[in-house]
Amino acid sequence: MDSQSELVLEAGKTERHYWKDLWTYRELFYFLAWRDILVRYKQTAIGLAWALIRPFLTMLVFVFIFGKVAKLPSDGVPYPILVFAALLPWQFFSNAFMEAGNSLISNANLISKVYFPRFVVPASAVIVSFLDFLIAGIILVGLMLWYGFAPDWRIVTLPLFISIAFVAAMGAGLWTASLNVKYQDVRYIIPFVVQFGLYVSPVGFSSTIIPEKWRLLYSINPMVGVIDGFRWAILGGNAQIYWPGFSLSLLLVLIILITGIYYFRKTEKSFADII
Amino acid sequence: MAPVITIENLSKKYIISHQKQERYLALRDVLANGAKSVAHKLIHPFSSTVNGTYEEFWALKDINFKIMRGDRVGIIGRNGAGKSTLLKILSRITEATSGKVSIKGRVASLLEVGTGFHPELTGRENIFLNGAILGMSKVEIKKKFDEIVAFAEVEKFLDTPVKQYSSGMRVRLSFAVAAHLEPEILIVDEVLAVGDAQFQKKCLGKMDEAGRDGRTVLFVSHNMGVISQLCSTCVWLDRGEVRDIGQTGSVVNAYMLSGISDLSGEKTFTDDVEKAAQLRKVTLIDKGGSVAQKFDCDHPITIKLEIKVRKPVAGLYGYILLCKPDGTHVLVSDSFDGVASNPLDNLPVGTWSFTVIIPPRTLGHGDYMLQFSLASHMADNFFVDAPGIVCGFSIDDVSSKRGNQRTGFLSTLLDWSKLEA
Repeated sequence: MDSQSELVLEAGKTERHYWKDLWTYRELFYFLAWRDILVRYKQTAIGLAWALIRPFLTMLVFVFIFGKVAKLPSDGVPYPILVFAALLPWQFFSNAFMEAGNSLISNANLISKVYFPRFVVPASAVIVSFLDFLIAGIILVGLMLWYGFAPDWRIVTLPLFISIAFVAAMGAGLWTASLNVKYQDVRYIIPFVVQFGLYVSPVGFSSTIIPEKWRLLYSINPMVGVIDGFRWAILGGNAQIYWPGFSLSLLLVLIILITGIYYFRKTEKSFADII
Repeated sequence: MAPVITIENLSKKYIISHQKQERYLALRDVLANGAKSVAHKLIHPFSSTVNGTYEEFWALKDINFKIMRGDRVGIIGRNGAGKSTLLKILSRITEATSGKVSIKGRVASLLEVGTGFHPELTGRENIFLNGAILGMSKVEIKKKFDEIVAFAEVEKFLDTPVKQYSSGMRVRLSFAVAAHLEPEILIVDEVLAVGDAQFQKKCLGKMDEAGRDGRTVLFVSHNMGVISQLCSTCVWLDRGEVRDIGQTGSVVNAYMLSGISDLSGEKTFTDDVEKAAQLRKVTLIDKGGSVAQKFDCDHPITIKLEIKVRKPVAGLYGYILLCKPDGTHVLVSDSFDGVASNPLDNLPVGTWSFTVIIPPRTLGHGDYMLQFSLASHMADNFFVDAPGIVCGFSIDDVSSKRGNQRTGFLSTLLDWSKLEA
């Protein structure tokens, strides 16, 4: 920060500093993410392996239930790959959503004692989940090698879908983070939303099994678009994308992010007073 | 010289809710209340909605002052006077309700010890983390790293998780990080309460140095000794308003004098059912048996305590501290002092009265404050009831030759006798 710059604090006029401050505090953003990663891998005995074991076991269960017991169609790709291509974005979203949602509460002492743009806190929680996502990605690579499954050109579009997942997690995380500070029972709702979301998202099965007339309605769940996008990019020619639904999901993701930022900014001023 | 901090018409309002049954705001209650009020509106469309009562509380009211570059400013005032709110606004943690503050330069606030320390991380990791939280860049932290470690005296424990540190080590480390931030404005809130005497000295030295380097220090403390030693200017806040501002000496004096006049010789406390035992009433009684605040050295002062026990507490004892307005401890007494064994131990349920008598010619003349607490080493939080300073009184020396010119703490008259040659 320029030491000679004059800072004028006026009631109700903090907005103009905000985005500039966010840039000033970019290193804090990095440090908070670094702290969360360190703590995460220090606290669990099996450390890094945890990020691999959890999605892998979930995948096995889903393959067994949906692939073997329910015998759902796999669109011509090995069922484990079908499941894992969806599990990756889903776990990223659900972890980021949960971590970001609880991030302000778990950093309460910081928020009530030191100033920095609060946006940094949920954002760094999302980044930590992103790291888990990258680690879990190793399993997908392993599965592809094991089944000798080569993706086609569409794989290069994957970063686009990753960023949509990112935006979805960030938007939803901002909403819950601010609601969580204001209403203390929100933290009991978060796990339910995540659990419920897993069942209504096409993680264990392909969304092609949803009847055509319901597809658009189904896409109201923004994760449907994200997951379909992941499958489209990873599974290559075998996966189809339902474009009207995808556009709807994308639109909703953007709306959630924009309103999330707006609501977060609106309530942010009072965080230190009520946390 | 230009001011570094200009505060204009600054006010901060808090809204206190009086819906007693709700400890916190819950989404389900908000939704339920919303539904209820909609239903209410439908049934009685013309009546106003019933809401809980809210009360406005002005933590700061129209504050105006300027702080010059290099000033070391003490902020004093009783609990709830608005000191912390002011610091929170200056360090941007909370926003003012109205008014304007202009600040030139970087502000570092040291509002509480070990803020932002993560117990699982090592000392080394926490230095970086805490530095970043206070607004230092990575390069800056790296450059000052050795200095910080040396100042905090934690070299041997750098790679130990902070959760294994003693509270003293944590204080030292957090102060060290903040002290090396080299901000233009340093805000310190009572950190020196912890840490050993030697480290406190070191901290004072560092703050002193910061002042001489042309940096501005804002310091909040209840310790008038430290304030007088460290600060050149003082701001006295009283119920959210600036009561006095100026040279430390005169402001501190005025503040200390008010300490006695704001206190009385009698105080009653409201029932608090949460407390197993509680001081309900304290009275200072003079030789004639009436409540008093002015005494003389030649007569005993009786402190009458009325203690209510709701649940017997094992190991319960009472503690009295007499101190001067500047905080100097003069006399400590606890209920183990008496000839009989501690009369408060396992005191049965009921309201009991005790007297504690200060013998004549014990305390010297001057103003005193009486602090009281009930505690037990066997109680969960140690303190059973800690009302703090409960009474104030003054003593005159009317009979000795020097009278009120006699210095020292005691008024004991010593016997001078001539030995036979």
